[in-house]
Amino acid sequence: MLLINCPWCGLREETEFSCGGEAHIVRPLQPEALTDEQWADYLFMRKNIKGDQREQWYHSGGCRRWFNAERNTVTYKFGVTYKPGDPAPGDDS
Amino acid sequence: MSETNRLPSGGRIDRSRPVTFKFNGEILTGYAGDTVASALLANNIHLVARSFKYHRPRGIMGSGPEEPCAMLQVGWGANAVPNGKATQVEIYEGLEVSSVNAWPSVKFDVSAVNEIFSAIIPAGFYYKTFMYPQKWWMFYEKWIRKAAGFGVAESETDPDRYEKVNAWCDVLVVGGGPAGLSTALSAAKTGARVVLADEKGELGGGLLRCRDESRKKWLVDTLAQLSELPNCRLLRRTTAVGYYDANFLVLNERLTDHLSASVASQSRERLWRTRAKQVVLATGAIERPIVFGNNDVPGVMLCSAVSEYIHRFAVKPGSRSVIFTNNDSAYLTALDMIMAGIQLIAVVDVRKDVSNEWIEEIRSHGVELKFGFAVKSANGRARVRGVKVQALSVDGTSFTGSKMTFNCNLIAVSGGWSPAVHLHAQSGGKPVFDPINACFVPGDSSQNEESVGAANACFSYEQAVEDGTRIGTAAATQSGFGDVEVLNEEQAIGDSAQNSLAIQPFWRVPSSDSSRKQFVDFQNDTTAKDIELAAREGYRSIEHLKRYTLLGFGTDQGKLGNINGMAILSQELNQDLADTGTTTFRPLYTPVTFGAIAGREVGPDFFDTVRKTAMHSWHVKHSALFENVGQWKRPWYYPQTGESMVEAVNRECMAVRKQVGVLDASTLGKIEIFGPDSTEFLNYMYTNAWNTLKTGNCRYGLMLGENGMVMDDGVTSKLGDNHYYMTTTTGGAAHVLSWMEQWRQTEWPHMKVYFTSVTDQWAVASVSGPKARDLLEKVTAGISLSDSEFPFMSFKEGTVCGVAARIFRISFSGELSYEINVDADYGLHVWRELFEAGREFGITPYGTETMHVLRAEKGFIIVGQDTDGSVTPDDLGMNWIVSKKKDFLGKRSLSRSDCVRPDRKQFVGLLTEDPDVVLPEGAQLVDEPTNSYPAPMIGHVTSSYWSATLGRSIALAVVKGGHSRLGAKIYSTLMSGESIPVTISNPVFYDAQGERQHV
Amino acid sequence: MKGYSIFSLARHAVGRHKNWPRAWRDPEPRPAYDIIIIGGGGHGLATAYYLASEHGLSNIAVVEKGWIGGGNTGRNTTIVRSNYLWDESAHIYEKSLVLWESLSQELNFNVMFSQRGVLNLAHTLQDMRDVYRRSNANRLNGIDSEVLTPEQIKQIVPIINTSPDARHPILGASFQPRGGVARHDAVAWGFARAADRRGVDILQNCEVTGIIRENGHVKGIETTRGQIMANKVGVVAAGHSSVIANMAGIRMPIESRPLQALVSEPIKPVLHTVVMSNTVHGYISQSDKGELVIGAGVDGYLGYGQRGSFSTIEHNVAAIVELFPIFSRVRMMRQWGGIVDVCPDASPIISKTPVKGLYFNCGWGTGGFKATPGSGWVFAHTIANDEPHPLNAPFNLERFVSGALIDEHGAAGVAH
Repeated sequence: MLLINCPWCGLREETEFSCGGEAHIVRPLQPEALTDEQWADYLFMRKNIKGDQREQWYHSGGCRRWFNAERNTVTYKFGVTYKPGDPAPGDDS
Repeated sequence: MSETNRLPSGGRIDRSRPVTFKFNGEILTGYAGDTVASALLANNIHLVARSFKYHRPRGIMGSGPEEPCAMLQVGWGANAVPNGKATQVEIYEGLEVSSVNAWPSVKFDVSAVNEIFSAIIPAGFYYKTFMYPQKWWMFYEKWIRKAAGFGVAESETDPDRYEKVNAWCDVLVVGGGPAGLSTALSAAKTGARVVLADEKGELGGGLLRCRDESRKKWLVDTLAQLSELPNCRLLRRTTAVGYYDANFLVLNERLTDHLSASVASQSRERLWRTRAKQVVLATGAIERPIVFGNNDVPGVMLCSAVSEYIHRFAVKPGSRSVIFTNNDSAYLTALDMIMAGIQLIAVVDVRKDVSNEWIEEIRSHGVELKFGFAVKSANGRARVRGVKVQALSVDGTSFTGSKMTFNCNLIAVSGGWSPAVHLHAQSGGKPVFDPINACFVPGDSSQNEESVGAANACFSYEQAVEDGTRIGTAAATQSGFGDVEVLNEEQAIGDSAQNSLAIQPFWRVPSSDSSRKQFVDFQNDTTAKDIELAAREGYRSIEHLKRYTLLGFGTDQGKLGNINGMAILSQELNQDLADTGTTTFRPLYTPVTFGAIAGREVGPDFFDTVRKTAMHSWHVKHSALFENVGQWKRPWYYPQTGESMVEAVNRECMAVRKQVGVLDASTLGKIEIFGPDSTEFLNYMYTNAWNTLKTGNCRYGLMLGENGMVMDDGVTSKLGDNHYYMTTTTGGAAHVLSWMEQWRQTEWPHMKVYFTSVTDQWAVASVSGPKARDLLEKVTAGISLSDSEFPFMSFKEGTVCGVAARIFRISFSGELSYEINVDADYGLHVWRELFEAGREFGITPYGTETMHVLRAEKGFIIVGQDTDGSVTPDDLGMNWIVSKKKDFLGKRSLSRSDCVRPDRKQFVGLLTEDPDVVLPEGAQLVDEPTNSYPAPMIGHVTSSYWSATLGRSIALAVVKGGHSRLGAKIYSTLMSGESIPVTISNPVFYDAQGERQHV
Repeated sequence: MKGYSIFSLARHAVGRHKNWPRAWRDPEPRPAYDIIIIGGGGHGLATAYYLASEHGLSNIAVVEKGWIGGGNTGRNTTIVRSNYLWDESAHIYEKSLVLWESLSQELNFNVMFSQRGVLNLAHTLQDMRDVYRRSNANRLNGIDSEVLTPEQIKQIVPIINTSPDARHPILGASFQPRGGVARHDAVAWGFARAADRRGVDILQNCEVTGIIRENGHVKGIETTRGQIMANKVGVVAAGHSSVIANMAGIRMPIESRPLQALVSEPIKPVLHTVVMSNTVHGYISQSDKGELVIGAGVDGYLGYGQRGSFSTIEHNVAAIVELFPIFSRVRMMRQWGGIVDVCPDASPIISKTPVKGLYFNCGWGTGGFKATPGSGWVFAHTIANDEPHPLNAPFNLERFVSGALIDEHGAAGVAH
C-alpha cells in the first residue's frame, strides 16, 4: 500500500491516486509528419523500467492534479515528486 | 469424567466461571480463559482431528497459531467457522466444536485405510498416475475431491458484521511479550502514539508460561503503567497478519468469537488498516519439533506448549512424560512438569555434554537424563503409549547401542526456536541464518522496522526487556518524540550472538527403511521420506520441494514444519541450510475471515457506490425498473399494471413519437469548461472543429483515443466566449474528465483552460415529442421557444417551473426535444411540475430502453454498445465530423494501413426479411448459412429492437465493407444454430431528413 | 527411462521409491546450442518441448534465472478456457485447449487438466450483449459455448448469489463446458521432464545478462553461468520481457504490472465450476485440495515487485463474498503476486523481431497460463521455421505500427 507525496497536498494514501504510466513522453507536435513506425513508437512503446522510473500520477480522489514522480518499480519506494513542466530531477536541461 | 488433568490451583483461568461446551457431541467443562485445546487436555482428550492424507489420529501439539493438527469445525449453522484451531478458539458457554476430516468419527475414521496404500502414494504420486485412459481423469478427480478440504462452509448467510478502521500511529508494536511490552512502554512514555497488538486474549507472551513470580509481577506492573498512558492502545486478540509497502500493516482484531452469544450491536471482527511511522516486531519465536518416528501421535507436544498449559491453564497434558530436546529451554519445561506433578521419566537430549543450572534439581526428582540419546519413535496410535530411545553415534547420523523403551503418555519436544520473522520478511527483509542459534533471524530492514526479543533470537527475558526498552525509545525518537539520541545499529541489536539456548542443531533422528513415518508437515502428512524423494527426483529448489510435497501448504503455513523440511533437504543435498534458504513468507501470518477483509463493502448498498438521480424516488413510485449504468441506477422502463416489457416500451416510444415523453438524463456526464484556451483545447479533444461554434449554440462531438478509436461522444454547448458545457456518456464521464485533465496538465500546461465536473449538480429532464414545445410554453418564463428564436442545436437560459434552468434544444430521439437542466436540488420539483403540466399532452415517462429504440430508429450510435474500442469515425460513416484541417487526438492513427482497409467492419442498418423477427443483440453475421466450423464471420448485431413506430424490427450492426454493401443479403446466426436472412440497409430508419427535430 | 503409471508406482513402492530417476537433469551449460529459450516457465519449456517433439530439434537449452515454473506459471489461478471473442484469439486459445485435453498423456505427467466448466458472468445489459456476441462467435469458431440464464447458473453453482437485488445482479453468463483448471506446477514439471527426455538442457539459476548480436543477427547470450552461443534465441520471460528486450536494443509495447491472487483455507468442496466476473473483478475456483483459489484484478501501477496493494485484495475479497455469501466466514490463508506483461490491446506478441534470429513471446497479460501448450506449439513453429504459424501470425509486433490490434479489452473477458 503506497504512500504518495502529492506535491500539492502532501502524503496521502494510494487509494486516492491513479497512475498514468511513463512520464515525459512528449506528444509529437506534427503527428502527420511522422512515419507509422515513429507514431507507433510514441503511441505504444514504453521503457517499462525495472528500477527507478519517472511516472505520471493523478490525485484523482484529492486535488485532481497530475504530477510526476520518481518511483522504484521493484521496491515501490517513491523518490521525489514534482509538478508537470518542472524539469525532472537530475536533468540538466 | 471431568477435568481430570486440571491442577487444583494456579493458572490464569477464571475458576469462578465454569463453562460447558460440546466436543463431538460430548458435553465437557472448562473455565473462562480456556482455549478448546486446554479444556480438552484438562478432560484428558488428546485425539482431536485426523490428518489430510492418511487420516492418522492427530492431537494438540502447540498452544497457538502454529498448531498444525488440532483443527475443528467451530459452531454450527450460520455461525459456523471451518478450520478453527483448538489452540486459538476460546471456549464459551454453549460452544460446539467437532473434529474435521473424519468420518464417521474421529475415533474411527474409515479413510484411515489410506495409510495401507501409503507405500504407493508417496509425495507427488498423483502426478504419476490417474492419466489413463484420458477421459477418466474427471472420474478419478471426483473421488479425489471427496477427500479434499477440512471444515465445511455452511450454506447460510453470515449474520455477522465486520468493520474496518484506518489507524495511524508513531510506533506499532507487534507482540505483547516482555520485549513488546517494554518497547511499547518506553515508546509511549515519550508521548508517541503507540499501538500494541497481540494475538492472544491475554497479554504477556512467553510470560504466560513462566514460573518466575518476579516476572509475573513485572507483567502486572507494566500492564498497569501502559493502561495509564492514553497515547498507548493495547489490542488483544489482534493479529498483525500482513506487512505491506510504506509501513502499512493489517491487524485483525477478533471481537466476539470468544463470547457466548454475539452481541447484535457489535461487529464480529475489526480490521485495522494501520500506517505506522516505526514498526517494532516483538513477535516472539515458535518452538519447533524434532522429526522422529510416529512423531505425530496425539500426546507428542512442544515443550513450550506443555509449559503454557501448565502455567496459563493449570492443565497437565499427561501424567507420565518424556522430554526430547537439543537445547536448554526444555529444562524449564522439565521443572514445570515436576511442579505440576507430571511424572517425568526421562529427559532425552541429543547433546552429549549438557550443563545448565537446572540439571541437578531435575535429577534429584529421579528423572533419567539421557545425554547423547534421541527418541527413535513414539509408540501408540490414538495416544502416546511410550517412546523408544537409543543412543546416537558420535556423528549423530545413526543409532547405536541398545534400544530402551519408556512408558509414557506425553512426549514433549524441543528442537530449538524459530524467530517469527514472517512480518519482517513480508516487509521486504531477507531473513538470514544464524548458525549459533540454529535459526533464521531478521536480516537488514527494508522498511522502518526492527525486531526485538525472541523475534530477534534473543531468548533471555532480561535482555528482551532491556532491548525492548531501548528500541521503544529509539523508535519513538525516530518518529519525532523523545530526546534520546537515536541508537546506532550495533547497540540496537540484542544478544542473538549469544547461544543462550546452548542448542546443538538437530533436525531429524536417523532413520532406516523400516523406520516409522517421520512427519515434517503434520497437516499435509509430508514425511521426511517424501522430502528425500523430492530431492532425488530433482525438486531441489526449496520452492519446488514445497510445491511437490505440500510442505508448509497447510493452514498453519508451515510454522512448525518448514524449518525441519528445509534442514532435511539441506542434508539430502549436502548443503548449508543458509544456502537452501526459506520459502517466501507470504501474507497472511494467520488466516483471516473473508468477511473481515470485505468489511462493510458488500451487499446491495455498499458493495459499490449507488448513484441515484434527484428524481429517483419518483421513478420508484411510478414502478420503474432500473438498469445499472456504471454506478448509476437509470429507469429502464415504466411498466403499467399487467404490461410486458415490449408493451411498455412500445407505449413509451409511441408517446414520444406522437405526443411527449420525458427521460431522466441526469446521469450523462457534465463538465464545465472555462478559460481563454477552451476552444483550442476542444479542437484537440474532438474530431471536429470548434472555432466556428457561436455562443448559444450546441455541437455534437466525437472523442477518440490516441489510437484513433472512438472513445466517447456527446454534445458540447458554448455558453460564453470562454465557457463551454460538455456532456459525455453516462459510463464515460469520469474517464473523460481525467483524460482531459491529463492532457491539459501534463502536455499543455500552458493552456488556460479548466474543468469542473457538474454531473451531480444538474438534474436533467429530456422532453421529447411533437408536443414538447407546447409543454414548455406552459412551464417556462423568459424564453421564446419558437423555432426561429430557439432553433435546433441551440441553448437558452430561463426559468422552468419557477426554477432557473439551462435549456438545450438537442435531440437523441429525433423528435423536437429540449433538455432542461436545473439545479439538482430542484430536479424533483421540476420533474413533478412537468408531469402536472403535461397531463393534457399525454406526457409519458420513458426509460433507457425506449431511449435506445428511438435513437436506433434514427441510426444514432451508443458508444460502448455500437462501438467496442475497435471502431473509427469512418467505420461509423461519420467522416463528416472529422476535420481534415486541424490536429486532434487520435488523428494520426486514422491513416495507418489497417485503419484505411476497405474491408473494415462498418456501421450499417439491418432489416430482417421477416419484419416480425427481432434479432438478438450480439448475434454474429455470416455471408452464407453454414454448419461447418470455423465459419467466417463478417460482423455482428450491435443493437436490435422492435420499432413500434415502424411496425417492424430494426437492427444496427457492423459489417465488413458494409458501407458498400447496402442492399446485400446476409445472415444473422443464433445460438441455436438457426440463420436468419437480413438485408444491409442505411442505419437511419426513420425521418432520414431529420425534419422532426427541426420543427 | 521408464514412464509414470500406477504400475511404475507399485514397482517403485517395492524399492521404497529409492530408484526414481530425476524428473529432469541438471546439466552444465554447453558453449553453444542451436536454439536457446530464455525463460523456464510453462511457455518456455513448452516451446523447447515442441521444438524437440514437432520439429526434431534437440540441441536446445532453456535458461531460467531461478527455478523452473517459478514465475507466473506457479502464481496464476490456473484457469483454462478458449472462449475468446476475436477470431485470432479464439483460434490460438482453442489450439491450446485441444493440446490441454491430451497433455497428461502426451507428457506422461498428470497435469490434472480438469474440464469442470468455466462461467463468465454478466452483470449488465451490455455484459449480456457481449456474452451473446462472444458465445455466438465461439460457436461459429467451433468452440463450445452456451449462454445461460441466472436459473441455469444457479443449477450449476447452487451457492452463487443470483438475487436480482444484488448491487450488480447476475443477469446471465457464458459457459464453456470444456474449460476448467489445471495443476500449474505440474505443467512446468511435465514439460521440463518431457523436454529433458528429448535432450533439451534445462539450466536453472542461470540469469541472462546480455544478448550477443552481430550485424543485426543474434549470436548468443551472456549469463551468470557464462556465455552461451546460439543463432536462434526465443524469449519467453513474462514479467521481464522489456528487460530482455532492452538488452537486445529493441522496444516493446509492454507494461509490467502486479497481479495478485489468494487462497482460502481448505474447505470441503462446494464449488465445482470456475466462475469469473470481470465486472466485479472476482475469479474463483476450488482446488482439489479444497482451497478457494481466487484471482484479483491487475494493480493500477507498474511493478516488478511480485506484490500489489492490499486495497486490491480487499476489493477482490468483497467481490467474492458478494458473489458467494457463504464464503464470508471462510478464511483467507495466503496471498501472492506475479508480474504480468500487458500489451495495449491485451493480446500477446508471438513474433519475430528486428533482430534476426531473436524471437519474442510475451505480453500475455493476465491470460497466459491457459495458452501454455498452444503458445509453446506456435512459438516452436516460429523459431524452427523462422516464420510464424498462421495461428500466431496476427500476433506480430508489426500490428502496433499498422494498427491491426486484436483488442480484447472491449467485449471479451480478458482477465485470467
